[in-house]
Amino acid sequence: MSVLLIAEHNNKEVRPFTYNAITAASKIDEDLHVLVIGNKADAVSKSISEVPNVKKVIHVDNPIYENYIAENFTPVILKQAENHSHIICSANTFGKNLMPRVAALLDTSQVSDIIKIISNDTFLRPIYAGNAFATVKSTDKKKCITIRPTSFDPAPTSGGSAEILKAENCDQTTLTKFIKREEVKSDRPELGTARIVISGGRGMQNAENFKLITAIADKLNAAIGASRAAVDAGYITNEHQVGQTGKVVVPDLYIAVGISGAIQHLAGMKESKIIVAINKDGEAPIFSVADYGLEADLFDALPKFLEELNKLNTIQK
Amino acid sequence: MKILVAVKRVIDYNVQVRVKEDGSGVVTENVKMSTNPPDDNAIEEAVKIKESGKATEIVAITIGEEKAQETVRKALAVGADRGILVKTNGVVEPLAVAKILKKIVEKEKPDLVFMGKQAIDDDCNQTGQMLAAILNWPQATFASKINVKEKTLEVTREVDEGLETIEVNIPSIITCDLRLNEPRYASLPNIMKAKKKPLEQIDASELGIDTKPRIEQVKVEEPPKRKAGIKVANVEELVQKLKNEAKVI
Repeated sequence: MSVLLIAEHNNKEVRPFTYNAITAASKIDEDLHVLVIGNKADAVSKSISEVPNVKKVIHVDNPIYENYIAENFTPVILKQAENHSHIICSANTFGKNLMPRVAALLDTSQVSDIIKIISNDTFLRPIYAGNAFATVKSTDKKKCITIRPTSFDPAPTSGGSAEILKAENCDQTTLTKFIKREEVKSDRPELGTARIVISGGRGMQNAENFKLITAIADKLNAAIGASRAAVDAGYITNEHQVGQTGKVVVPDLYIAVGISGAIQHLAGMKESKIIVAINKDGEAPIFSVADYGLEADLFDALPKFLEELNKLNTIQK
Repeated sequence: MKILVAVKRVIDYNVQVRVKEDGSGVVTENVKMSTNPPDDNAIEEAVKIKESGKATEIVAITIGEEKAQETVRKALAVGADRGILVKTNGVVEPLAVAKILKKIVEKEKPDLVFMGKQAIDDDCNQTGQMLAAILNWPQATFASKINVKEKTLEVTREVDEGLETIEVNIPSIITCDLRLNEPRYASLPNIMKAKKKPLEQIDASELGIDTKPRIEQVKVEEPPKRKAGIKVANVEELVQKLKNEAKVI
């Protein structure tokens, strides 16, 4: 039986992590079907049909699917689940909210946040904020899995031409009503997918000082992250939080500034390819995961860092 | 209005977790245990709602071994009225937890069920959503703001793109984010008083639910270690290393 992936999108565009999830799903079984639930989301289905790994797109379109409401999405997925062995989506807030509702109604014990596929029933997943890795084998007949998107490369976006099949909508839920979504618009790369991330912690001392980070982010075309301490202190808004309870990022370069390196922060960034730590406390745990550590006062180091970057002839974008 | 709050006993978040040498799990002997952090937010929110006069009773429940009742006692010390311990042995997966909670919900008939959004041991992030599913109740996950209205709750949720606000009918399940509130500490007199509050013990086997794990844990291992890096002397050296050695800028 084939694998069913639930696409995440905004009715116009596919959310980038869907492509990572496609890679993961097609490793479980090549017969990969993608379910697009949305409102006037034809462009989304078309984009996904062009991914070479995708064998079929199932498109359910109705105004009730304008926003992600798990109570509305679940019956559609349950209907499609009949013909699929695995139901898969990304382990971001979209998938975390949705998948357990589906799994429980299929009487399946969900496998959350996998980082590696060992076989079609055995997976590797981090536990204890990434301080241990568990190899787990699902014995349920139908499997519900969320995948950690940053652990899989995105699938190619062109070259395929999968068939797009329309399917019926289900009844609208009366339990839950969407009110609003406040998205923070930014010209910067998205935190979850940026090549470079520069993050500030409690050491930044206030919101104003984050402009030192912003200036470097502008220069490097980097996304801006933060520790939970910085977010809780109100220096920066929550969507910047990196860590066990925030976002997990795996950039080529992660620069941690004034971040001590609490377990919960490390869980969100320690898989980054190159880690730089700038901290005046030489004993800070962040140095134990840093490839390059600079023991210095960030208020001296950041302006100098920008100065040195300005001296470079070229900077990779 | 009655609120049921589910709490879990986990290894304290400040403890550096160690993997057992035989790969069977992590070391839990002689390790400090505490309430799962976002479950503290769940209790706090329930207590705040009661203090505002919108709730009349808070029942704290945990599922686990005998010792897990410490977690319920702590909830009683910060304001829950009575407690329930459902005794189990070994691993109880979120699906089984949801099934146990459903039985308790059917008995207790709460208007709201609160719990943390995720347990910091298995990091599953499933139980609340699963309970909502099998009860056919609405779910509001990752809540950072809750506004109790007449027959509904308006809940602001922490999502990847920012914040989302939804309205859910009562009864409903809410899973709480760390940002929802600042949990209070229990005062000594309240800790003493909590010892006298009723705590009912139920054996999970009496509930007639199959709690057998569906997921076999093959092995648990240490994550690959990062190789130790170097300290650089100054910013010039850092930029030079990033440019010429790591080649990332």
